[in-house]
Amino acid sequence: MLREKGKERIYEIFFLLIASLSIVCVLVICVFLFGQGIPAMQKIGLFDFLTGTTWNPANESNPSFGIFPMILGSIYITAGAIIVGVPIGVLTAIFMTKYCPDHFYKFLKPVVDLMAGIPSIIYGFFGMTVMVPFIRDFFNGFGIKALQTNGLSIFTASLLLGFMILPTVINLSESAIRAVPDFYYEGSRALGATHEKAVFQVVLPAAKSGVLASVVLGIGRAIGETMAVIMVAGNQARITTNILSGIRTLTANVVIEMAYAADLHKEALIATGVVLFVFILIINLCFSIVKRKVGN
Amino acid sequence: MKKLNPLKFLVYAAAFFTIAVVVYIIGYILYKGAPQIVTEISNYMQGEYSLFDYKYSSKNVSLVPSVINTLIMIVISLGISTVLGVSTAIYLVEYAKTGNKFVEIIRITSETLSGIPSIIYGLFGMIFFVTYVGLGFSLISGILTVAIMILPLIIRSTEEALKAVPMSYREASFGLGAAKLRTIWVIILPSAMNGVLAGIILAIGRVIGETAALLYTSGTTTQVATNFMESGGRTLSVHMYMLTSEGTHFEQAYATAAILLLVVVLINALSYVLAKRLTKGR
Amino acid sequence: MDNKIKFEMKDVNLYYGDFHALKNVNLAVPEKEITAFIGPSGCGKSTLLKSLNRMNDLVEGCKITGDFLLDGEDIYDKRMDINKLRKRVGMVFQKPNPFPMSIYDNIAYGPRTHGIKNKTELDGIVEEALKNAAIWDECKDRLKKSALGMSGGQQQRLCIARALAVQPEILLMDEPTSALDPISTSKIEDLAIELKEKYTIVIVTHNMQQATRISDQTAFFLLGEVVEMNQTEKLFSMPQDKRTEDYITGRFG
Repeated sequence: MLREKGKERIYEIFFLLIASLSIVCVLVICVFLFGQGIPAMQKIGLFDFLTGTTWNPANESNPSFGIFPMILGSIYITAGAIIVGVPIGVLTAIFMTKYCPDHFYKFLKPVVDLMAGIPSIIYGFFGMTVMVPFIRDFFNGFGIKALQTNGLSIFTASLLLGFMILPTVINLSESAIRAVPDFYYEGSRALGATHEKAVFQVVLPAAKSGVLASVVLGIGRAIGETMAVIMVAGNQARITTNILSGIRTLTANVVIEMAYAADLHKEALIATGVVLFVFILIINLCFSIVKRKVGN
Repeated sequence: MKKLNPLKFLVYAAAFFTIAVVVYIIGYILYKGAPQIVTEISNYMQGEYSLFDYKYSSKNVSLVPSVINTLIMIVISLGISTVLGVSTAIYLVEYAKTGNKFVEIIRITSETLSGIPSIIYGLFGMIFFVTYVGLGFSLISGILTVAIMILPLIIRSTEEALKAVPMSYREASFGLGAAKLRTIWVIILPSAMNGVLAGIILAIGRVIGETAALLYTSGTTTQVATNFMESGGRTLSVHMYMLTSEGTHFEQAYATAAILLLVVVLINALSYVLAKRLTKGR
Repeated sequence: MDNKIKFEMKDVNLYYGDFHALKNVNLAVPEKEITAFIGPSGCGKSTLLKSLNRMNDLVEGCKITGDFLLDGEDIYDKRMDINKLRKRVGMVFQKPNPFPMSIYDNIAYGPRTHGIKNKTELDGIVEEALKNAAIWDECKDRLKKSALGMSGGQQQRLCIARALAVQPEILLMDEPTSALDPISTSKIEDLAIELKEKYTIVIVTHNMQQATRISDQTAFFLLGEVVEMNQTEKLFSMPQDKRTEDYITGRFG
């Protein structure tokens, strides 16, 4: 009898051990990334590394490792993606919950899920072969010097990333809107509000924490995106305010140069990854805080 | 006539735009890729250089080795993360008590894992598996990296599938004097199978589409990784990326993209059907 | 009514967290009779029933004190094998809950759990259990079909058969007819009366007519206490306690 109980206990401990593996994974990832990245930051100098405006690792005698342009690049493109993706995503989520007939929802929902499943390399390829030439021809068509672009630009990358975060924004916003109790809408209608008024002035504000969570997660997706971005962003490590010119993100910096980097250069690339990782951890933290607020 | 509400217009426009983006991307890739697939098949039949030749050369840029590598990667990485992920979910749903601090920590870490972008996994895989563990640029380095990456996905989908199994099944089984493990194994897991499978299939999709995490772990070499513990090899997505960045075989890149996209669409459809059966079974 | 006592509860107290769900309950369940627990919802009758095969162990924060003596043996003793206990004390739930498998596998699940693998032996057990639950004729031709395709009443009898297949000594029934139509209900009631030849039955019901129709003993619960326990006829014809009288005459509840 006791043996039976002991066996059950062993199974439980077995499952417990496996479950704790994901904790181990996070720990090991942190230890190894920080362990490899921090020494480089020390060698370069944390301040110089983060705020240095020149990235020139190839200079033999006096290489410079300033990733400020890439930090800006990531922020620009992420901000652009949010400007594009959030309004479209939230409005689409409103459509799916409050406007869409049932039979059409059955088609739309899998389409959105499919959108999340399309690999970034495909998005990137599409951006490269369709969006880049289109944007080049479109802006050059004005014949104005200030609008000249080769198509590989902050604008293109923002647009493409805006598309790519749509499923994230849509799915989270959708569940946030669905979580709003029906009587909000019904109560508002009963007071004589139109469908639009009820949805936009009562239901949507009630779902705002969830919508905010979707934005935060969208930011995380956009800032971490790599393959699609390097195919359309031009990847020049420079500071610019012209959204029709190219720029390099943190992610692009790692992928493009890792193939041939060595020594301090390689360590600096890993450190670039660490900076990105810190961004991601902060965003994740924001996400869980916002989500917890939704839970309450 | 009733005036069109501008908000209503915006809502419809946004939904239309979302659908248009998906349809355009898929339509465009297939439109450009499908004819090339046909050409490559006919080349193969006629013994000319073809994307479908068994061996890669810079003339045929064959995708066959990369498909084989992808299959090896799927089988092993899914094998690892299914065992780990399903077991973790079983612990979280069937064993852990609510409000348990430990469970809270596992949830947070698994959420963290799912928020980490693939490039970070790639870096980690390179530092840890390739260099520290000493596996080198090999398929196994990529496999292990990807296995960690899809772990949270499997945990989450399995968790949801287990939670969807009615409490009454558990009660009935315990009421007959069945032990916990038997109840989980014979009653709960089979009832949750569709949901678990839907998650696994989605994870397969993730592996097939992955690029950034693999460039510096399993690498970009073009051969079949016959010995996956030692030799590296590119997967289909990596192959696709290399074709576009080399820029010399654009037609073949379209064909590869079309094949990749078709596989992804198929996988999503399959997962969707399974997940739907899960909700219908209730 | 001089059957021997099968199950005895002494000074039972049960808490869900801070909530005191059962207060000083003392009850005796005689062998091979039907004992009914009645009372308004939330009075603790189902809670007590679930303590008899330790299903309450699954509820977090549930604390139990007092003695539960099955044939004189304390079922909450540390050395008690909970799975063997549940084999002896079977249970039928409020809503029919067949497993999503074939009729045959539903019945065979219990015996297989307890180590019976032999095909002919299992066949025999399945047939007998289904016959005992008076459902053999309705399903003997579709044993391999899913149990989920049966009607609610059939499913509930299947669940009774499933409970019988592990050869329990006691059968606990938790409002077994509350989800069923009148015809299915009367079938289950007839079945319960037949089954008491071989089994000790404890049934929770909110339906007083049901208690009078089938039970030998009735215990009336209110706010976690047993107000009164007596032979069913006596309890309903001359209740000793004012509260019992109020309840059975429909003044509250």
